[in-house]
Amino acid sequence: MSEPAISQPAIPKIAVRGLTKSFGRKRVLDGLDIDCDAAESLVIIGGSGTGKSVLIKCILGLLRPDAGSVRIDGEDTVGLGSAARARLMLKFGMLFQGSALFDSLRVWENVAFGLTQGRGMPRQQAREIAFEKLAAVGLGPEVGELSPAELSGGMQKRVALARAIAAEPEILFFDEPTTGLDPIMADIINDLIVECVRGLGATAVSITHDMTSARKIADRIAMLHNGRIIWQGPTAEIDRSDNAYVDQFVHGRADGPIRMEVRAA
Amino acid sequence: MSEFLAAVGAAFLAFLAGVGRLALFTARALAAGATPPYYPQVILRQIVYMGYYSLPVVGLTALFTGMVLALQSYTGFSRFNAEGAVATVVVLSVTRELGPVIAGLMVAGRVGAAMAAEIGTMRVTEQIDALTTLSTDPLRFLVMPRLLAGLVTLPLLVAVADVIGVFGGFLVGTYKLNFNPVAYLTQTEQYLATSDVVSSLVKAAVFGFLVALMGCYQGYHSRGGAEGVGQATTYAVVSASVLILLSDYLLTQALFAQ
Repeated sequence: MSEPAISQPAIPKIAVRGLTKSFGRKRVLDGLDIDCDAAESLVIIGGSGTGKSVLIKCILGLLRPDAGSVRIDGEDTVGLGSAARARLMLKFGMLFQGSALFDSLRVWENVAFGLTQGRGMPRQQAREIAFEKLAAVGLGPEVGELSPAELSGGMQKRVALARAIAAEPEILFFDEPTTGLDPIMADIINDLIVECVRGLGATAVSITHDMTSARKIADRIAMLHNGRIIWQGPTAEIDRSDNAYVDQFVHGRADGPIRMEVRAA
Repeated sequence: MSEFLAAVGAAFLAFLAGVGRLALFTARALAAGATPPYYPQVILRQIVYMGYYSLPVVGLTALFTGMVLALQSYTGFSRFNAEGAVATVVVLSVTRELGPVIAGLMVAGRVGAAMAAEIGTMRVTEQIDALTTLSTDPLRFLVMPRLLAGLVTLPLLVAVADVIGVFGGFLVGTYKLNFNPVAYLTQTEQYLATSDVVSSLVKAAVFGFLVALMGCYQGYHSRGGAEGVGQATTYAVVSASVLILLSDYLLTQALFAQ
């Protein structure tokens, strides 16, 4: 007689448990827990200096946490060796706050970089993919031959997005994707992010303090404060969170329980 | 008194920690470079940048050093009728010491500073993090090619600098001090041993490695925007220069001490 099948809960694509990270005496992350399911778009909001970038860098492995675990597809990734870390990185795509394009390379070489250097793809094939991805973010082939310094901030973000999606990663990270852009360009970038994430069926983790952006790209929003996630829920519920911290942040009020630090710690 | 000792102790511990960090960085970079991929195009670009584009400044410095050395040694030796030793002094001084040291210091100023500024800017603009997220080891892609270029290029530069330096001495010796050109060249060739040339190239390889190492190390660990990059550039040049002079003494001791 066969045993009845027991339904296993789905393993989150990303599972963070007890994540702690300090810089000197300043504890930035304080036992933070958060999950992100496959094909979900999670946006983490929070004020400047609350540790959003530190969180994303700990998940990516760019910073080593002091304690806690980061599981990707159920595998603990904290303390992986460089070879295993490089393999794990093949799952990731990242759009940096300042775009982080390589000055010494042309635009298409930037987009193709992960394909040629990270995956050993032939240069010509990678070039074709790079131009496809540039077209996907609304940039013509003439842009591909320019240097990053010749582009506007909005165009640089588009190129950075094309680079992030070039290898069609399973997980995309967006660090303040609309910072420094005018509202129209910010909306264009938000639309492109939604389109790319849905098109790839990828899991997306974004950090931002731009609520317009958060509402547009998130399936679920989590708020980071004092090193912990103090609220999380579907995007539609952000306006009825019943959380004074979330309420103050969402409405951008100076008065409330959140006290901004004037000096860096 | 105890406060003074504590301050000295803290400074010494900080120095040891710095040496440890540098040693770890070097070991990690060498270990990363020992396995593929090797990025030959990046290495070649660094060799051209470090070597070919440094030729004018190194050549000019070597030329004037040889010329000044001939003049000064003539002035000094003429006091006890030993002018005939000028050619020997020029060739040995330039080959054993001045060629490698001056080329090393010039390259530290030109290339070490540029390396620190480039890698430092990449650090503060998150380009190094971007490399990691694109499955590319920054030590393998950025640091190892520069270390290799330093190791290979400076001996070539110094070989050229030695020749130009000796030629500078020859110019002054024959045109200004009225030495017989054939006698000058014969004396130069007679007293120059293979070990002198080998020691010159060994020193150059060590200096080239140190220049690249300090440029990469300071740039890689720069923090805090433009000011941090500026500091990294200064530290790269100063630390490379000090290490060149220190290692020059140690190498001279090892290579020539009886």
